[in-house]
Amino acid sequence: MRPSIIHQSAAGHRVPPNFADYEAERARFTWAAARAELAETPGGGLNIAHNAVTRHARGPGRDRVAFRFLAGADARTVTYGELDADTNRFANVLAGLGVGRGDAVFVLAGRIPELYLAVLGSLKNGSPVSPLFAAFGPEPIATRLNLGSGRVLVTTASLYRTKVAKIRDRVPTLRHVLVVPDDPDDPEPTPPGTVDLTALLAAASDDFATVPTAPDDLALLHFTSGTTGTPKGAMHVHEAAVTHWATGRYALDLHPDDVFWCTADPGWVTGTSYGIIAPLLHGVTSVVDAADFDAGRWYRILAEQRVTVWYTAPTAIRMLMKAGPDLARAWPRPDLRLIASVGEPLNPEAVWWGRDVLGLSIHDNWWQTETGGIMIANTPAFDIKPGSMGRPLPGVEATIVRRTDDGVEPLGDGVEGELALRAGWPSMFRGYLNNPERYARCFAGDWYLTGDLAERDADGYYWFVGRADDVIKSAGHLIGPFEVESVLMEHPAVAEAAVIGKPDAMVGEIVKAFVSLKRDVVADETLRLDILAHARRRLGAAVAPKELGFLDSLPRTRSGKIMRRLLKARELGLPEGDTSTMEGGAS
Amino acid sequence: MDDTELRDAVVAELRRIAPEVDADDLDDRRPLRRQVDLDSLDWLRFLLGLHDRLGVEIPEADYPQLSTLGEVVGYLRARL
Repeated sequence: MRPSIIHQSAAGHRVPPNFADYEAERARFTWAAARAELAETPGGGLNIAHNAVTRHARGPGRDRVAFRFLAGADARTVTYGELDADTNRFANVLAGLGVGRGDAVFVLAGRIPELYLAVLGSLKNGSPVSPLFAAFGPEPIATRLNLGSGRVLVTTASLYRTKVAKIRDRVPTLRHVLVVPDDPDDPEPTPPGTVDLTALLAAASDDFATVPTAPDDLALLHFTSGTTGTPKGAMHVHEAAVTHWATGRYALDLHPDDVFWCTADPGWVTGTSYGIIAPLLHGVTSVVDAADFDAGRWYRILAEQRVTVWYTAPTAIRMLMKAGPDLARAWPRPDLRLIASVGEPLNPEAVWWGRDVLGLSIHDNWWQTETGGIMIANTPAFDIKPGSMGRPLPGVEATIVRRTDDGVEPLGDGVEGELALRAGWPSMFRGYLNNPERYARCFAGDWYLTGDLAERDADGYYWFVGRADDVIKSAGHLIGPFEVESVLMEHPAVAEAAVIGKPDAMVGEIVKAFVSLKRDVVADETLRLDILAHARRRLGAAVAPKELGFLDSLPRTRSGKIMRRLLKARELGLPEGDTSTMEGGAS
Repeated sequence: MDDTELRDAVVAELRRIAPEVDADDLDDRRPLRRQVDLDSLDWLRFLLGLHDRLGVEIPEADYPQLSTLGEVVGYLRARL
């Protein structure tokens, strides 16, 4: 049996941790003081890109490498000075198209340099920006573009052809599609209806005056999923940079000489907050790898790029565990000093595996799309409790509550309830797009209610218990059952559909679908594969079900709601609980 | 099993994971994951499925050699 605590302290680190005295730092910290460490935009206000890029480019950090973009065997470095010039070019491209402050720019691409230019250049231009996960299928892309009234889409020629061309006429707000030609053999590198971004950038000036955005101007749109309805577009403002800055210091312990690798894709909030913004605010060098996960490649990158701080995810860690210790030991990592993980709770075995095989404990932390930045974390100077998300960072007040008829009631240590955060930190989301009611329902008085069930122990560490809703968490990404069910229902043979998260040792949960069929349709293997194929074409591999089962009918409550929880209990062989509200009574 | 039969077996396994794939559209020389929308879990399940179907051990360290359909068929051919 492993001990329940891994002891750590502020002493004995090669690089002294930024966050060394828990109580004193939390007592001393104010968001106003953190804000004062960032620069005003010339002309006033606060702009993420000015602080992330221009501030360094105009100072001693000008020649420091901002990004090392790895693709296959190639590596391309970009200094802060070059990044400033290139993002100015992108901002000028937007301005030249008449795209201005408040016009939303979407990016659909793998981790190519243009994605990073587009995000930062849009912010300079005062245009809110939303990176979409390139593994989304046409349906999630169309839904999100419409929710966010996307005016510009930056993508690659191949993604445009396979995913966007067929849904483009369904997105009336979309005026400009800027493509990066990505296949040298492509006879038509710029498909009809698109413009070659590379040519536009080459022709644009590298001089641009960053728009003096206000701290509460919309900057980033990140989509997340609820149990019901369409995805929710969480709105984040330029002031969020204050949280990215502070958490980069406390949770990721960034120091000026660090080489940082955040493995998350910018299509998810981690890949933007910590794959783009936080490391740039700190002026460190970030590694970006365009390739898909590959255990050997990852170990090689950690070693050859001399990564010092590595921020990754439980699914990746479990895949590395599966690849075995020999591969891990084949690549010495003398430079690596901190490993952090986010996305879903990291099981204690994985925390210990890090210590045993990688030689470093893995620091789990917790946050979500709505919080915009890390809120609760295990950090290098303090004890780790494997399996726990850690303790609230400076500036963050957390508690466990129970919802009551007239608000919330705080609960004591060791009692399971909903994790709540005192509203008002800078990266808190400021709304869900077009859905003020849904936003309002997330708050009770001063508290933001996270929808995550958790417990706090007597030492102030928080422990994740589960979700309060039916949202599925797969490989760290939230998938809304409704979005999947809607697409399944489009299949001509399907009468009803329900989707659950089925526990999976590698990715946490996989999407499992249950469907009942229309009259006279015969359930067989050919039909099962046909429905799965339909779902994968429309939703993309990241969202579509991995398994599909047929049922004669789906269990519903008397009010007609499909009981996903009952399906899940059956799938897991668990007691089915109280079925008294079920249609037809308990059976 | 000749190469055509082996390729058919590999494609059949791929279609169990990604039934939207049309075998005729696959270019044997281009990376599979550039032609077929496969996430990390799909890819893992595909390789594990090949092991179950054909009884060939595919150690993790060899995964990087298995990018194109042609490479997968060649790899299996050498070990069958």
